[in-house]
Amino acid sequence: MALAIPENVVVSKLDELANWCRKNSLWPMPFATACCGIELMATGASRHDLARFGAEAFRFSPRQCDVMIVAGRVVMKMLPVLQRIWQQMHEPKWCISMGACASTGGVFDTYCVVQGIDRFIPVDMYVPGCPPRPEQLIQAIIDLQDKIAAEGTLTGREFKTAERQQPKRALMELPILGQTPVFPSRPIRGGMARPDTNSQGVG
Amino acid sequence: MSTTADAINAVKARFDVKVDEYRGEHRVVVPRDSLTAVMTLLRDVCAYDLLLDVTCVDYLNYRGATDRFGLVYLLANSTTAARLNIRVMLNEPELTVDSVVGLWEGANWMEREVWDMFGINFAGHPDLRRILMPDEFTAHPLRKDYPLQGRGERHNFPSITRDQA
Repeated sequence: MALAIPENVVVSKLDELANWCRKNSLWPMPFATACCGIELMATGASRHDLARFGAEAFRFSPRQCDVMIVAGRVVMKMLPVLQRIWQQMHEPKWCISMGACASTGGVFDTYCVVQGIDRFIPVDMYVPGCPPRPEQLIQAIIDLQDKIAAEGTLTGREFKTAERQQPKRALMELPILGQTPVFPSRPIRGGMARPDTNSQGVG
Repeated sequence: MSTTADAINAVKARFDVKVDEYRGEHRVVVPRDSLTAVMTLLRDVCAYDLLLDVTCVDYLNYRGATDRFGLVYLLANSTTAARLNIRVMLNEPELTVDSVVGLWEGANWMEREVWDMFGINFAGHPDLRRILMPDEFTAHPLRKDYPLQGRGERHNFPSITRDQA
């Protein structure tokens, strides 16, 4: 016997209800350290109007936010601050790495600039650009909403990633110009001898 | 005593200095040991009451250079607008020079920056700590023998995963 359900009742999963609530009220935490921050402000302003996607409520307290937008380069003195702010945010939380500098260090390949924040905190979305246009950031937020809708769970099982993740290439050491051999010599399969010309090259 | 030429003559009469000029800018190269005496004379007698900047140049591999570091003090007279460029040449291992914080209070942070970036030690400085780099940093990154991309300090942080946060 079928259960009699009135017209105004929708049957769903609890996970999907939680995802629906979460994805449509993202509260961004602006971690704006450089020119990407200007585009971030433009995204929240009236012309691009992030309120259309439910993410207009920027809060400067990590306790009240659930998506951190790192906009700009992060230097090694700022990185402990970034990590602390990330840890102060409540679950569920996501991170958008906005622009070339936050994602890779950009043109600032110097001794004090962190070469990509994904070496030190988890990142969900990368936005390319220098700086990205507001449309690109909005696209990243829409993609993040899709990601939350697709794989989010009420208990946050999707964040238990450590056991099923391969070590990221970005978490491994990148070559230092003039110091690290770019292509470390490795035995060539088949035993063909080849002069190792690249081991002293520079990046 | 007001003009730059008067000041230079006053310094020349008492100390063993080298003076040169380029496009109206005067540079006085002072021996390391008489820096405090020269600066006191310039401030009290010649009325150079404003210290504009303290900075440093690393002459490693510079063509024709005989000294490693050139410590630069830019002075100004706020009444006559006269300018003077004082330079102290330093060589390793004697990278210590007397602090001028006692003469100009504003030299405090500038000398801290020179210490941070070049490793010049200022004797008598009240608070000689790093000002730009983190405290646990060990190198002096604006020296020419320090690699541009560092020695891996920028990677030396713990990595936070999803589960830790």
